[in-house]
Amino acid sequence: MDVLGLFNYWIVIVLMMIGFYIVISHGNLVKKVVGLNVFQVSVFVFFISMSKVRGGTAPILEEGIEVYSNPLPHVLILTAIVVGVATTALALGLVVRIRDAYGTIEADEIIEPEEDGA
Amino acid sequence: MVAIGLTLVRLRDLFSVAMLFGIFSLLAAALYVVQDAVDVAFTEAAVGAGISTVLILATLALTTSEEKAPPGRALGALAVVLVTGAALIYGTLDMPAYGDPAAPIHQHVVPRYIERSAAEIGVPNIVTSVLASYRGYDTLGEVTVIFTAAAGVLALLGRRRGRVGIVDSLQVRQDARKDGEVPRSVLAPKPILRVVSKLLMPLILLFALYVQFHGDFGPGGGFQAGVIFGSAFILYALIFGAHNARQVIPAAVRRAGLGAGLLLYALVGVAGLLMGGRYLNYAVLADEPTHGQHLGIMLIEFGVGTTVAAAMIIIFFVFSGQDR
Repeated sequence: MDVLGLFNYWIVIVLMMIGFYIVISHGNLVKKVVGLNVFQVSVFVFFISMSKVRGGTAPILEEGIEVYSNPLPHVLILTAIVVGVATTALALGLVVRIRDAYGTIEADEIIEPEEDGA
Repeated sequence: MVAIGLTLVRLRDLFSVAMLFGIFSLLAAALYVVQDAVDVAFTEAAVGAGISTVLILATLALTTSEEKAPPGRALGALAVVLVTGAALIYGTLDMPAYGDPAAPIHQHVVPRYIERSAAEIGVPNIVTSVLASYRGYDTLGEVTVIFTAAAGVLALLGRRRGRVGIVDSLQVRQDARKDGEVPRSVLAPKPILRVVSKLLMPLILLFALYVQFHGDFGPGGGFQAGVIFGSAFILYALIFGAHNARQVIPAAVRRAGLGAGLLLYALVGVAGLLMGGRYLNYAVLADEPTHGQHLGIMLIEFGVGTTVAAAMIIIFFVFSGQDR
């Protein structure tokens, strides 16, 4: 088995796990959003690295070129990036509102007063 | 990238986190170029290194830029992460090697896209023809998501200023006061920034239009053009104050643009229906099928660009218009 050929997946997994770790271990909501974004970028890299064909070139038709990389993942990820920034903005908007309501953006401090009241 | 990711975990100063995240995105963009995904790299560079960094910074300005000490569940989290990662790495052992032309992903519909899109669509950039024509439904859905997200941001934060001062005239005065405090005092007195940004603004806008209408032939298209257009305005707003930038594009135009782009996209599909084809089939729009495809793709890319640019500008203005 060509172990080096799997290197790209491992980088993706390491990045993904870093994002995952940030999301579950940090209480700060902005940090959580950044973690989700790292996770997201790792998925993008995963798709793009799968679309690469050895010896291929960018998928723009031209005379005399036979091998192109796979254009389909490019399309999916291209739109996903823009959708991602829009949803990130929505998440950050929620964070701002949460700070309005609770005066903090740490998840633990948000949960505590609710438990006291219940 | 892994090093930057690890630093992101450790850093507690959220300001540096935002900056590092920008660098992280730029690296990702470079990686996409290496892997032949020029269109994607384009988008990532404009979005990740530009707009999302500005957004995170705006949130920090509105909340707090220092993270509290993480609670004591780091070890448990680390264990979960390691187990998941190990399982995933075990899973990759069955994956095709990097760059393998025989991988399953390259077998299904993709050869057809590559071989026949020149004849069927007549557009050299395969990414554009797949995005706008073969998978037009998906793209319509994604534009709708962007529309919804921008509308959601407006709903969450757009009225927030109104609570402080409901009257319009009050809002204007608040804006003026805030601009006087924040952007003008920080960036405006710097003559180099002012001159350079004035020189760059028309070039960036021109470049956005080029990317918009040249997307059929080279890398580019509505999504990229939209974010570049949006970031030009964000640059302007950062340096000359949000109040001035607001006057360039009134709120009504911004909101109309957000909806109009999506509507244009959907209506092009309806036009195809009326002229005897299927929904979002552009071949019937003109006498020659490829001419119809060209026309349809240009129109919907313009719709996409309008919605994306309006969404980016609205989101930025909503964030920048907040009181602390």
